[in-house]
Amino acid sequence: MKLSPDETIFWQHGFITINLTIVTTWAIMLVLVVGSVLITRKLKTGIHISRGQCILEMMVTFMNNQIKEIGLEKPEQYIGFIGTLFLFIAVANLCIIFPWYEAPTGSLSTTTALAICVFMAVPFFGIVKSGIGGYLKSYLKPTFIMLPFNLISEVSRTLALAVRLFGNIMSGGMIVAILLSITPFIFPIVMNALGLLTGTVQAYIFSILATVYIAAAVHDSKPSDKKLQVQTNNKEDKNG
Amino acid sequence: MKINWFTVIAQVINFLILVWLLRRFLYKPVLNAIDEREKNIASQLKDAEAKETKAKKEQAEFARKNETFDKEKKALMDKAIVETNEERQKLLEAARNEATELRSKLDKSLKDMQENLNRDISQKTLQEVFAIARKALADLASLSLEEQSANIFIKRINDLKKDEKKQFVEAFKKGSNLHAGSQGLILIQSAFDLPEKQQAEIKSAVNEVLGTKTQFQFKTAPEIISGIELTSNGYKLAWSISEYLNSLQKNISEMLNDKTIKDETKKAPVEVPAEVPVTEPEKAPIVKPKVKFKIKSEKNK
Repeated sequence: MKLSPDETIFWQHGFITINLTIVTTWAIMLVLVVGSVLITRKLKTGIHISRGQCILEMMVTFMNNQIKEIGLEKPEQYIGFIGTLFLFIAVANLCIIFPWYEAPTGSLSTTTALAICVFMAVPFFGIVKSGIGGYLKSYLKPTFIMLPFNLISEVSRTLALAVRLFGNIMSGGMIVAILLSITPFIFPIVMNALGLLTGTVQAYIFSILATVYIAAAVHDSKPSDKKLQVQTNNKEDKNG
Repeated sequence: MKINWFTVIAQVINFLILVWLLRRFLYKPVLNAIDEREKNIASQLKDAEAKETKAKKEQAEFARKNETFDKEKKALMDKAIVETNEERQKLLEAARNEATELRSKLDKSLKDMQENLNRDISQKTLQEVFAIARKALADLASLSLEEQSANIFIKRINDLKKDEKKQFVEAFKKGSNLHAGSQGLILIQSAFDLPEKQQAEIKSAVNEVLGTKTQFQFKTAPEIISGIELTSNGYKLAWSISEYLNSLQKNISEMLNDKTIKDETKKAPVEVPAEVPVTEPEKAPIVKPKVKFKIKSEKNK
């Protein structure tokens, strides 16, 4: 029994391995990009828009609002990264309804890769926002004594991200496989439905946590008065 | 639970590529579309607001104009009413004047008609009277009216008073002087042909009065109704029954006037005088006509 799609190898040449994880990821990427191109090809800027565009805009606007609510001022800067995280994980997880499909998120290599991306993105956005000095200073807050703890939290939360997603998705796939051998008919379907829910929730959790980390990095690297002002603004936005 | 590091690296690259692709093909177009639409809506709202402001302004302007217009209309209306009333008064006045004029014209024409009628009546009466008188005289005394008239005329000449005679003679002599070389001519005009006998009698009577023989010219003039007229150099001696006719005409006129007044006023009926000779036509010829001589002095005849 294979625990990970990594173990299904199509082609290997030394270090380079083309396995099921990579192939599935490419397929998902293709679907996402082609779908985006098809949908956005007919976008209108008038007052009357098509239903598809309306749904698409609702989704994008919802993501924007989520990012804003977490505390990032300009969601347009982060939606590329955070939105793609969510879309990729959600699509990868929801495709389990197709038979013989194995989610790439069920591979620890994929989740690790995504966690590493978040791990890199946090300082990236922090530095973009307030420069290298400003970002590095955030590790010394509230005092320099906290520096080691800040560093540990940085690494540990990345690890937690990777393992959480991997565990959830892999376990879902495993449960379905085990149940299939025990009760072959109705029960695996129920578990699969549960798997859809879990997959969506995991996608949401992953992207929200990434947003929170980025937001923390962006806020920490700012002067305290500005932070206060931003919080006040956010409250006003919510009230409004 | 093995991590394939090549897969990790490949997935990181895959993910970054996907981020770039989706940003390029999904988020940017959608966000741009949303932004643009929001901008459109905002501009339209702004437009609408501007239009509303303009509309309100125009409405206020319109209301103001309307008010002014109403005021002007009222003023014009009042003026027109006043003018109309004035015009009506004028027209009424004109109509009244016209009516008065017409009525006076009508009165006049009525009067004329009445006069004409009177004249006709008198003419007719005259002829009737004349005919009756002639017949009565012929029946009673075998005398013609002409003869009788001539007799009365002669009698009148003979009965001329002294003053009248003197006047006649003076007029005759004056005429003779004026027309030097020619004897004074005495013109006798009558409604009928005077018989020889009467002509001779008149000649002798006139000669006697004048104390000289003079020339006579006899002429028949039908317009002189039942009368004889002597003319000489502006002196005129005449007898006719026109006096009777005049009195008859007078009576008829009075009667007609009374009737007209009665018709017009429609008041208590005016009493018609009892003694109106015309109302009893059979009396007229019976009563002996009063013979009247009229002496008129007409100069430059």
